[in-house]
Amino acid sequence: MKIKVLGTGCAKCKLLYAETQKAVAAAGIGVEVEKVEKIDDIMKYGVMMTPALVIDEQVKASGRIPPALEIVSWIMTAAAKASA
Amino acid sequence: MPQETLQPRAEISPAVAQSRRWRILSGLALVLIGAALWWLVYQSLQPLAKWFTYDLLRMAAGGRLALAVEFFIFEAPKVLMLLTLVVFGVGIVRSFFTPERTRRILAGKRESAGNVLASLLGVVTPFCSCSAVPLFIGFVTTGVPLGVTFSFLIAAPMINEVALVLLFGLFGWKVAALYMGTGLLIAIVAGWIIGRLHLERWVEGWVYETKTGVGRAGDEAPVTWNERARAGRDAVKDIVGKVWPYVLAGIAVGAGIHGYVPQDFMASIMGKGAWWSVPLAVLLGIPMYSNAAGIIPIVQALLGKGAALGTVLAFMMSVIGLSLPGMVILRKVLKVQLIVTFAGVVGLGILAVGYLFNWVL
Repeated sequence: MKIKVLGTGCAKCKLLYAETQKAVAAAGIGVEVEKVEKIDDIMKYGVMMTPALVIDEQVKASGRIPPALEIVSWIMTAAAKASA
Repeated sequence: MPQETLQPRAEISPAVAQSRRWRILSGLALVLIGAALWWLVYQSLQPLAKWFTYDLLRMAAGGRLALAVEFFIFEAPKVLMLLTLVVFGVGIVRSFFTPERTRRILAGKRESAGNVLASLLGVVTPFCSCSAVPLFIGFVTTGVPLGVTFSFLIAAPMINEVALVLLFGLFGWKVAALYMGTGLLIAIVAGWIIGRLHLERWVEGWVYETKTGVGRAGDEAPVTWNERARAGRDAVKDIVGKVWPYVLAGIAVGAGIHGYVPQDFMASIMGKGAWWSVPLAVLLGIPMYSNAAGIIPIVQALLGKGAALGTVLAFMMSVIGLSLPGMVILRKVLKVQLIVTFAGVVGLGILAVGYLFNWVL
């Protein structure tokens, strides 16, 4: 599973990154959360507001920091899909 | 009672309905009490500043330092209080809009009507210059015309809520309305002109090839009033937390000008008589980067020292709307020619506004 946090280094981007790391730990999955800070790379996801959370190349949220529970449930769903 | 909270919405029991009504009422009461307190404190700032300067510090009335200190002690909390109130309110208003929603409204819109709509939406859609590039690409690759996109990109930073309400608070509604009206006009006309010039070739080639997945993230605007209030509070934490040092620095500069610079010092440089003052103000404003909150105390001091309103408005619009860092960010997606055209068209609009006000008023 690939988890990416898109953002050019704004305060909210850092917050989302930390929240996502916490969610990964809560889900009990050993996945590295990748920071995508280059604008050209962020573009590819068509995100209009940073920060954004991308799980397995799918944009899950942009311009906001989703509640921790929501992030965890996305990660669990993606993990279930990957193992199936 | 956990059972009640688990019930589906359709079958709200009287107890739940009552507790919900109670929560709304207490929320309203809280807002009213907060507003009353805010007003009381706001009203007592002027006497407090006088007391602080002349009674507590025992400064001689009329002295330069005393004037500067009184100015600072009065203006700093006043501007910060206004700022907090406005940013909170706008945070709530903006929770009704998202870039995605705005994009959907603007996609496929024709020019002219599209330019007007884009400029108006630029005022209320949450926007941060750090997201200007993704927003630009999201717009132009999904059917928003280039000129309409520019109307949005010009209006969004220039007519910001902070600028408007600070202008309102410090100079009254007329100046605020002038700023908003002329700012909108510049955004509409400049965007329209850029659209008419058909400058798509000056957008970096890869932009139009970008596969934009907008809409995939969905529309996540908050829906409950609790969430909206939280959006307002977050905006205050975010914006006021970030700009307060600039506001204080701006007011300190203003206080310095207030106490130490003679009353009509600016009249010769920035007064109505000096025709070159407007273009100079615009040029000076470009490399300066400041948010509205930081620039307005300086604007106030300039006006107080005899600078003409048109010149000062032009300076302010140039600082906020034509910032060099903003253009550097846009360089990622725009070729230099388009940035120069954009700056030129907007700069001319600002010049026109400056001259108009200097001659009319």
